[in-house]
Amino acid sequence: MSDHAIALTVNGRQFTEQVEARLTLGDFLREKLGYTGVHMACEHGVCGACTVVVDGLAVRSCLMFAVQADGAEITTVEGVAAPDGTLNPVQQAMRECHALQCGFCTPGVVMTLTSLTEGGNKPDEKTLLQAMSGHLCRCTGYQGIRKAIKQLAAGETA
Amino acid sequence: MNAPISGAGRYIGQRVLRKEDLRLLTGRGQFVDDISIPGVLHVAYIRSQIARGRITSMDLDAARAVPGVHAVLTAADLGVFTTKIWSMHLTEVGGPLTRPLSNENVRYVGDPVAMVVAESRYIAEDAAALAWIEYEEEDPLITVEDAMNGPLVHPGTDNNIVREVQTPPNPEFDNIVASAAHVMTSTLRHQRIAQSTMEARGVVSNPTGMGELTVHIGCQSTHIASAAIAMAFDLPENKVRVVAKDVGGGFGLKAQPWREEIGAIAASLLLRRPVKWIEDRLEALTTSCPARESDITTTMAFDKDAKLLALDCVYNSNNGAYPHMPDAGMPVMMFMPGPYRIPAYRFVGKAWLTNTVGLGGYRAPWAIESLARESLFDKAARQIGIDPVEIRRRNLLTASEVPTRNPLGIEIDNITPIECLDNLLTKIDVPAFRAEQAEARKQGRYMGLGIATYIEPTAANGVFPLLSDHAQIRIDHAGKVIANLSTHSQGQGIETTHAQIIAEQLGVNVDDVTIYQDDSTRSGFGPGGAGSRQAVVAGGAIIRAARLLTEKIKAIAAHALNANPDDVTIEDGMVKVAGAEAMSRSLKEIAMLAYGDPKRLPPGMEGGLDAQYRYTAPRMFTHASAAHACVVEVDAETGFVNIKRWISSEDCGVQINPAIVEGQIAGGVTQAIGVVLHEEFTIDSRGNPTAVTFKDYHLPAISDVPTFEYTHITTPADNEGGFRGVGEGGIIIGGPTLLNAIADAMLPFGDLPDDLPMSPTKLHKLMQPNPPA
Repeated sequence: MSDHAIALTVNGRQFTEQVEARLTLGDFLREKLGYTGVHMACEHGVCGACTVVVDGLAVRSCLMFAVQADGAEITTVEGVAAPDGTLNPVQQAMRECHALQCGFCTPGVVMTLTSLTEGGNKPDEKTLLQAMSGHLCRCTGYQGIRKAIKQLAAGETA
Repeated sequence: MNAPISGAGRYIGQRVLRKEDLRLLTGRGQFVDDISIPGVLHVAYIRSQIARGRITSMDLDAARAVPGVHAVLTAADLGVFTTKIWSMHLTEVGGPLTRPLSNENVRYVGDPVAMVVAESRYIAEDAAALAWIEYEEEDPLITVEDAMNGPLVHPGTDNNIVREVQTPPNPEFDNIVASAAHVMTSTLRHQRIAQSTMEARGVVSNPTGMGELTVHIGCQSTHIASAAIAMAFDLPENKVRVVAKDVGGGFGLKAQPWREEIGAIAASLLLRRPVKWIEDRLEALTTSCPARESDITTTMAFDKDAKLLALDCVYNSNNGAYPHMPDAGMPVMMFMPGPYRIPAYRFVGKAWLTNTVGLGGYRAPWAIESLARESLFDKAARQIGIDPVEIRRRNLLTASEVPTRNPLGIEIDNITPIECLDNLLTKIDVPAFRAEQAEARKQGRYMGLGIATYIEPTAANGVFPLLSDHAQIRIDHAGKVIANLSTHSQGQGIETTHAQIIAEQLGVNVDDVTIYQDDSTRSGFGPGGAGSRQAVVAGGAIIRAARLLTEKIKAIAAHALNANPDDVTIEDGMVKVAGAEAMSRSLKEIAMLAYGDPKRLPPGMEGGLDAQYRYTAPRMFTHASAAHACVVEVDAETGFVNIKRWISSEDCGVQINPAIVEGQIAGGVTQAIGVVLHEEFTIDSRGNPTAVTFKDYHLPAISDVPTFEYTHITTPADNEGGFRGVGEGGIIIGGPTLLNAIADAMLPFGDLPDDLPMSPTKLHKLMQPNPPA
């Protein structure tokens, strides 16, 4: 198995690492860099739990190899709250709306909604709901996620 | 009834934001795969690719030769331990002897026969792929019908029945049915369900120190896990420390460590190295104790007034080769009568072994009782010609009939299904719906309304080891509260709800209360998440412990301040004396006295500021009640079911946190939607699982689930706190509510098929060849 040098930025920090060609981005972020908020739940691209933002787009980190992230700028769920711990609007809405129970699918949901709403983007409720069709949750019946989406679309969060 | 707990309403009944969420929303949770130990080795299982046969040769040399592989272990290697697997009831599983790895005979596709232990999971899987195993294959038994007629799954038994249950004989039963005015029989075949916790199973076993084994594991109780692991390895329980912080869903799957977890622990003991096994989704969807597969034939006999005379059930369940616990329908038999008046009752249940992966318990393992009973009530109502609500009203136990005992001797008291039904019917205008439905049918649109009622047995106090819970509450030197509970959470939010109970009872701010429940060595024994019990039982333990602690605080304060203990109150973390504001002291000041100034304590009082209590709920079952309704439209072109409205009317007693109550109901109902509409663990004729990804095994997605409406009545239970469990009700009542709605919508096309799920394909087929008259 061939090793490759990659350089990338994760949550604003620069890393240079040697990786095996077959190492998934998700396993790389978790095991090499310690971002264990990236959750591997199906590892075939259906459930969305492992979603991270790569160069501004929500990506399933189980379907991308670490070598493909060479030169990329990545944000994981560890990197979206403010340095003082203040939650970002998506996290805050999800907290207020009880949008999680066990919390295993949660990081992926946070990252998809964050990628769609950050930088002044104001997608409507339908767009956000459609994006959630790529996320599976076994605990909540999506009730709190729906509420959080409504709140985000209405711009009601702090 | 007990008096309401002190200061009721400050935290109890409030939508307090969850304490868990801050870490879970920011990626700082700690799930089992997040545990990282230097030198840890990773396990990949080598599994049988056939469902039934004998291993004739096993060549593991190529696997062993892969660089980075430390060992490839077989049943012979693990034979140095007894490694018998124990059930969550801490008894031998019963039926087939279950060990981590199979030797000689394989009994299902995925049966583990060897394990690779390597430096990484990648290397372990490389090596596992190089194992060369030859089998003498035999025809497998896949279904209950196969098991009835085929060869033995396990040798040394008379037949493939691993357990049987039945009601005592009633010589009059057949006569009662024969002379009834109306008799209806219906069969329901429940598909196999993959439990599908979002975090699959996993374990990190670390044999450290002198005879010390620390196990991080996805579980539903650190104590059950510790005891079961200790028993499996013939170790004293005090040598097995189980740690489990965040667990990504349990539902029954993680109620007991199973073959793969025990195998990984065995490897760590053999190799004296930390060993990790994290189940992948392929394993989870194929070899991770699925649930429910059973069929039930139910007969109801009514008098001319549509009052039940007799209820008869024949139940068979497919237990696979190694069930978690053999299931012949004992709880189905116990709970089938529900909240109804059943003069004569007969139940026969059998558990059958087959060459499929072993059956596990999944959220309300008995839920087929409500599916069968409530759907047959609707069929009976149609046949007799009365309204589905009316047939229930005629048969529900009324207030004047309780307390009573159901035909199995279970006490039925303090229940409110009629009140829940009445409340439900204030939220939905049934006549208006019937008019809308009739109008829609004229346009070729098929709408239906389903209603169901039930009681949920929660917080069982008669089943070992589910009896009791323990709370130890301590006020630290800073005046903050640390509680060590015997509970365990897989997402239920116990760190929040139980902190609310403590804050309410002690008179402190909920932000100042921290709950610990993640370590088997830290708290008293408790069975954790199982049977909708932790609010009721641990809630009671907390209230009693907090009461003891409150008395001590008051006594210390009264003594130090020369006041009457009856005049002392605790509010928002301040200890106050009535009418003497200047004498207020913070809890921190009282704690400093308690820990550091024994001379200023009342004579004879020990120092420290903590209390503990073990509590058992007073009743065999603390029943919650409910009635649900839903409205569906079945698309005539696709057979697709669109759920347009869902209303939950529940009585779970005093609600600790309504947002968390709603979350439990919503999660359960959504799992029921999956059961009725599209989840199915399919197996081909050779025993191969065929729904092996989430593209094939369809969990409900956000587009499948409507926005639920909730309405509650509050009848406090007569336990400490007045709480009733609410964990399983949604999945119990959700199934028949939706099934009845679909049957109602499909009436123009005849009866529904008898096998779940009601997939678009099946409904479409029913609609096509039989266009409505």
